[in-house]
Amino acid sequence: MKEKIRIASGQGFWGDRVDAPIDQVRKGPIDYLVMDYLAEVTMSIMQKQKMRDLNQGYARDIIPLMKQILPDLMEKNVKVITNAGGVNPFACRNALFEIAEKMGIKGLKIGVVYGDNIIEKIDEFLETGTLLKHMESGEKLSEVRDRLYSANVYFGAGPVVEALQQGAQIIITGRVTDTGLTLAPMIHEFGWKFDEYDKLAAGIIAGHIIECGAQVTGGNFLAGWKEVPDMARIGFPIIEAFPDGNFCVTKHENTGGLVDLRTVKEQLLYELGDPTDYITPDVVADFTSIRLSQEGKNKVRVSSVKGKPATDCYKVSISYSDGWTCIGRLTYAWPEALEKAQKADEVIRQRIQDLGLEFEEIFTEYLGINGCHGPLSHPVKDPNEVILEIGVRGSNYKHLEQFSREMIPLVLCGPPTVTGFAAGRPRPKEVVAFWPALMRKDLVTPQVDVKSI
Amino acid sequence: MKIKLLELAHARSGDKGDTANVGIIAYKPEYYPFLKEVLTPERVKKHFEGICYGKVERFELPNLDALNFLLHQALGGGGTQTLRHDAQGKTFSTALLRMEVDVPEDLARKWGFHKS
Repeated sequence: MKEKIRIASGQGFWGDRVDAPIDQVRKGPIDYLVMDYLAEVTMSIMQKQKMRDLNQGYARDIIPLMKQILPDLMEKNVKVITNAGGVNPFACRNALFEIAEKMGIKGLKIGVVYGDNIIEKIDEFLETGTLLKHMESGEKLSEVRDRLYSANVYFGAGPVVEALQQGAQIIITGRVTDTGLTLAPMIHEFGWKFDEYDKLAAGIIAGHIIECGAQVTGGNFLAGWKEVPDMARIGFPIIEAFPDGNFCVTKHENTGGLVDLRTVKEQLLYELGDPTDYITPDVVADFTSIRLSQEGKNKVRVSSVKGKPATDCYKVSISYSDGWTCIGRLTYAWPEALEKAQKADEVIRQRIQDLGLEFEEIFTEYLGINGCHGPLSHPVKDPNEVILEIGVRGSNYKHLEQFSREMIPLVLCGPPTVTGFAAGRPRPKEVVAFWPALMRKDLVTPQVDVKSI
Repeated sequence: MKIKLLELAHARSGDKGDTANVGIIAYKPEYYPFLKEVLTPERVKKHFEGICYGKVERFELPNLDALNFLLHQALGGGGTQTLRHDAQGKTFSTALLRMEVDVPEDLARKWGFHKS
């Protein structure tokens, strides 16, 4: 058994810095590179792509990335675990094999974790009494059945461990939790059992700490953002994990950013619910058990984590079409910038009324005045400019389309000194809404397929 | 003495559907018991009037000198349907830190705050 493994985060979301994973592989020693590409909205985008082209439906960015780092991975024996597979992990693997062959790479083993995509089985579930009720509202899924885009079960570390045990060097998954991607190599390397809850919980907390990439190494760091060194070359986080469940949060030495108690605490609290009940498919972790200590420069030790058994349900993330929004902006200049923007808002609302456009909501904010903190904002005296932002939401596409043609005419028909319309009229955007639900674990089985070239 | 929370704590916020979470961390362990006493869910709910339309839940993390607040119905429907500029409540952290709290004079002096 290894005494320590180094697990590096290469991506906090699909669209994160493209050179981050390259730096993680090249700027110092690591054993595993984990990359999270899937936000809730991502699955619906990928499902639409797959409907148009059966070879699509995964995070395509991983292909050019792998072209760059495959030789490094092979040479240094670094393993990659990523949920880049989206709704089409096999197509992702095929594309990876294709570039590996072109590069003359031999003996590459890639595992696929699948079975999470249940969109084709929804009717079967609904007919046999699995109602997939909305976790918060309690509504039945049948209410929106005809508008579904995607439905995926969140799997945990289990199937990833299985793929590692079969010798996969790269593991492409569908919807596996961000935290499970990080926990899996610990279970695999240290031989943890699935009832060692404290250790599993530690691995989950390690995953939570690095799942948002640089947000723990000095990015979005409120307590000390001015002291963050070399933000343009910010280092992404690395977990040094030990067999007893303790671990350190750190980063490569020759990179920007910083890791201290404050950065780790901020990230621990990110998107947290009840801290004593952090539910994952693998274990329920208790954030109030965490002990932190500064171990050295840019190194924080995390210890004494406690966990308890997982629940008997998987979370399911379902997306469906839920109308349209359209958000338009215009910039008004000094003097009386806010008054002009307010007048324009009044005019638009009158136009909406006169044209008989029906919306579920019309919402106005003044950027520079109250765009972030709404009614909590303090008054701003005599601003140099104000951006009027008006948004509408509704289910009648024609009405949104008509609204989108109402903003720009204000340039000639409305209050003076207005600019910022060069990008043209705002476009209506489809709302893809989420339907979180639970389903019994025994109704769906994670699948693993490992293949080599 | 009136002190802005901004001077006593840092914070990070995020979203889950239409619920925003705001985690607030005392800069010094000695501030934590005071924050725990004054930052009741009711007070935070009142502070976010006009933004948060549901209940406010509070969780304690004494090990991190931190409190975690869940603000329900606070993101205009949340995620993809909200019309708010801050669709994911990313800036709710400093919105909470705008709050002014009354620190007893002796405590304020002990912590090194002086009347300006």
